[in-house]
Amino acid sequence: MATAPKKNSSTLPESPWEAVGKELKLTLDQDQLTHCMRCGFCLPACPTYRETGREAASPRGRIALMKAVNDGLMSPDESFADQLKYCLGCRACESACPADVKFGRLLEQSRAAIHEYAPRSRGVRWMENFFFRHFFSSRSKLQLAGALIAFYQKSGLQRLFHHSGLAEVVLPEHLRQMDKVLPYASSKGVVERTGTFIPSKGGSRGRVGLFRGCIMDVLFAKTNCNTAELLSAAGYEVVIPETQTCCGALQAHGGDEKHAKELARANLRTFKEAEVDWIASNAGGCGAQLVEIPHLLRGDPEYAEEAHWFADRIRDISQLLVAGSPLPLGEVNACVTYQDSCHLRNGMKVSEAPRRLLSAIPGTRYVELVESDRCCGSAGIYNLTQPVTSMSLLDEKMEHVKESRAEFLVTTNPGCLLQMKLGIQRAGLEDRMQAVHLVDFLAESIRQGAGKRKIPSDQNEK
Amino acid sequence: MITPEIQAELTAIVGEERFRTDPESRISHSYDATPMFQSLPDGVIYPASTGEVQKILRIASNYSIPVVGRGSGSNLSADTVPSKGGLVMVMTRMNRILELDRNNHTLTVQPGVYTQTIHDTVEKEGLFYPPDPSSMAISTIGGNIAECSGGLRGLKYGTTKDYVLGLEAVLANGEVIRTGGKLYKDVAGYDLTKLLVGSEGTLAIITEATLKLIPLPESRRAMVAHYTDLDAAARTVSRILSEGIIPCTLEFMDQKTIQVVEEYANIGLPKEMAAILLIEQDGPPAVVENDIHQIRKICQETGATHMEMAQTEAEGTRVLAARRNALAALARLRPTLILEDTTVPRSEIAPMVREINRIADKYQLNICTFGHAGDGNLHPTLLTDARDPEEIERAELAFSDIFAAAIRLGGTVTGEHGVGLAKAPYLEWKTGRIAIEVMKGIKKAFDPQGILNPGKIFADTLRTERVGD
Repeated sequence: MATAPKKNSSTLPESPWEAVGKELKLTLDQDQLTHCMRCGFCLPACPTYRETGREAASPRGRIALMKAVNDGLMSPDESFADQLKYCLGCRACESACPADVKFGRLLEQSRAAIHEYAPRSRGVRWMENFFFRHFFSSRSKLQLAGALIAFYQKSGLQRLFHHSGLAEVVLPEHLRQMDKVLPYASSKGVVERTGTFIPSKGGSRGRVGLFRGCIMDVLFAKTNCNTAELLSAAGYEVVIPETQTCCGALQAHGGDEKHAKELARANLRTFKEAEVDWIASNAGGCGAQLVEIPHLLRGDPEYAEEAHWFADRIRDISQLLVAGSPLPLGEVNACVTYQDSCHLRNGMKVSEAPRRLLSAIPGTRYVELVESDRCCGSAGIYNLTQPVTSMSLLDEKMEHVKESRAEFLVTTNPGCLLQMKLGIQRAGLEDRMQAVHLVDFLAESIRQGAGKRKIPSDQNEK
Repeated sequence: MITPEIQAELTAIVGEERFRTDPESRISHSYDATPMFQSLPDGVIYPASTGEVQKILRIASNYSIPVVGRGSGSNLSADTVPSKGGLVMVMTRMNRILELDRNNHTLTVQPGVYTQTIHDTVEKEGLFYPPDPSSMAISTIGGNIAECSGGLRGLKYGTTKDYVLGLEAVLANGEVIRTGGKLYKDVAGYDLTKLLVGSEGTLAIITEATLKLIPLPESRRAMVAHYTDLDAAARTVSRILSEGIIPCTLEFMDQKTIQVVEEYANIGLPKEMAAILLIEQDGPPAVVENDIHQIRKICQETGATHMEMAQTEAEGTRVLAARRNALAALARLRPTLILEDTTVPRSEIAPMVREINRIADKYQLNICTFGHAGDGNLHPTLLTDARDPEEIERAELAFSDIFAAAIRLGGTVTGEHGVGLAKAPYLEWKTGRIAIEVMKGIKKAFDPQGILNPGKIFADTLRTERVGD
């Protein structure tokens, strides 16, 4: 279906962009639009404003554009949609905003209207439909993809692809590099490896439901296993409900709000049944989406109230570890630095806990990364949709990383982690530095304490 | 109107990338930080050099096109709202620091440099550029100069005008003038430097500035004092100053502001207090120590009910958090926030705050007042909703009364935000008609066609001061 569905039966058929405008007038949050007082405090925080120097590419500018559509001052068009696509959705503007304007919500409302009504090619529509509705939320498809990628990586096909020169013909440079840094995929997720229940190893801090994520569990299953082990070591009993599904972040950011809602309801039912005290996320992007569920399901007669029960229980793994029993951390003699996951920092408002954990590791020297609160350019699938800006932000980031002289670059979200691995390769720092998830670094420290293994610590590394 | 011919001429100067007439660019340059003002420009242009500014202004003169200079658009007087259309000239591409002169203690910059960048650059060298408007993380120095921005340190260190030694500016006809220089003394003719500072983009476009720097104070120390009585706080302020101590910060918050900040930030502020003063001194450690102890004694003697001294600079940051949180706390309560900058002689602060409270009650409005007690610059801040026309109408009446009260107390309608569009109807109350005629004469000398930021400072319609209230 290449054109927008007709909602009314007035005499003249409505153009798709008119429909977008109409929908925006209905759905944009009026209070948030008015709450923006245009002080401009968000401007220095915005990566795309810094990149372009254009007001229209700033949060204040984008809100002004939305408000102009809302007030009938302008009709949405292709370039309006492009401007909203160009936004990383890192929400650094929310942390800078004195008036607490929820820019992320306005962005999603706008993208939802565009997704629903704006003209798109059949191919793009099919792709989005497939990935948003049938791929990330399907355990069997994810496992199949994991198996296929693993086969490609291990059978020699990947080497052949790169060595034959075919890669250079069919893939742009950043995708070839991304393919090379991708960790070994697997069809075996955390449940297949550890089962659905892990008892507490020290104390009774409560019952935690582990949110395993979709991509996390295919590309970083070992990180999920380490997450469960750390929680257990910190005194929590861990359940991993098998009926849980994707968090819906990619769908919501892409404008497919309807599907994001379905996923939210499914996860809510699952974790409610599991009777957990906390729900642990080890991916900033997932966590920030999960705490938004009350907003997503507002007005839902059946789920609106339950959504608060759910959101109140969402914690990042770092928060649970800081609050839990002390971990038996062993010595890791290394210099580490930390890149914030934007959604962990700006969405879940967690920035101290990961730093505290890293600083607590004996022998580890923690250095603060300059502009660690600035987006790395990964931003969900931004590095695929806006490669030029994404790589420019990444290369700028790597300059700071280089200056930190750290041996480990720690982060807390799979997208950021892949981007950091890519950045290290682009900057030619592979022999001095590795990117690693916070959970894996902590797990390694515990193993060091138990005298079991030596560095390197990245369990998903090839 | 930008005809295709004008479009071609402007594009020839800066290229298509830097001259825009698309709806997005126009809408995103139709506002600044002033609530409830919006007007579309016909085009947006980004010059990258003084030469380009000259060429653009020559074309604008030829076709009589209004030109509004703009930095980050963070001003609070609607000075960068293009109320008569025309071109918005965005100066942020001219953002280089040209020279830090250690011998003469000057910094020469282009107008698009962020104020914060200036602070960071010179402080690394042990030097100090004191003006610190709240928007300094994003405001440009060109904007600060055009508006003569103030800040928290105004009492001890003065405002932007006290730190601009020389300027390069382009006149409406495209000619360049250079005023002042790296000179601490210069009486060669009228002081055009001071005239351009605070001229709100109506006289010329500033393309370069030479700023005065001073040595960075060695240390700082903060304290806070609580009062159950507004007059006691006012007594403290005048006693401190009359005893010859000039603190670098002497900030005031009234009861409503205290309550709002505490509800938002939960930092242990006493909601029952009528006022609090946040005081900071900087300088050599021995002097700072001595001053803070003396201030503490004065606070006690003039009736403060509680005092807290920061022991370290970090603790000072925590003590001053209340003031820094004020804007965020107020901004969250209601959708629209109207922040005024009524200023009175500092001896009149208590009467002015009482007037503000009386007027707020009269019009049933929620006005919180905080501000710079040392220099009499208050920020009565109205919490409202732009979508409620009835309340906005009451607000206009209330502010009209507040401005009139300030004038009666020997004050002014704007201390640091500028006249722009927002205060233009009230300017004559402060300056009188004759002074406005003189100002218009100056405007004509610089910009005979009236293309530079037209409609600002001088109102199309004047407010008549209402009597008998």
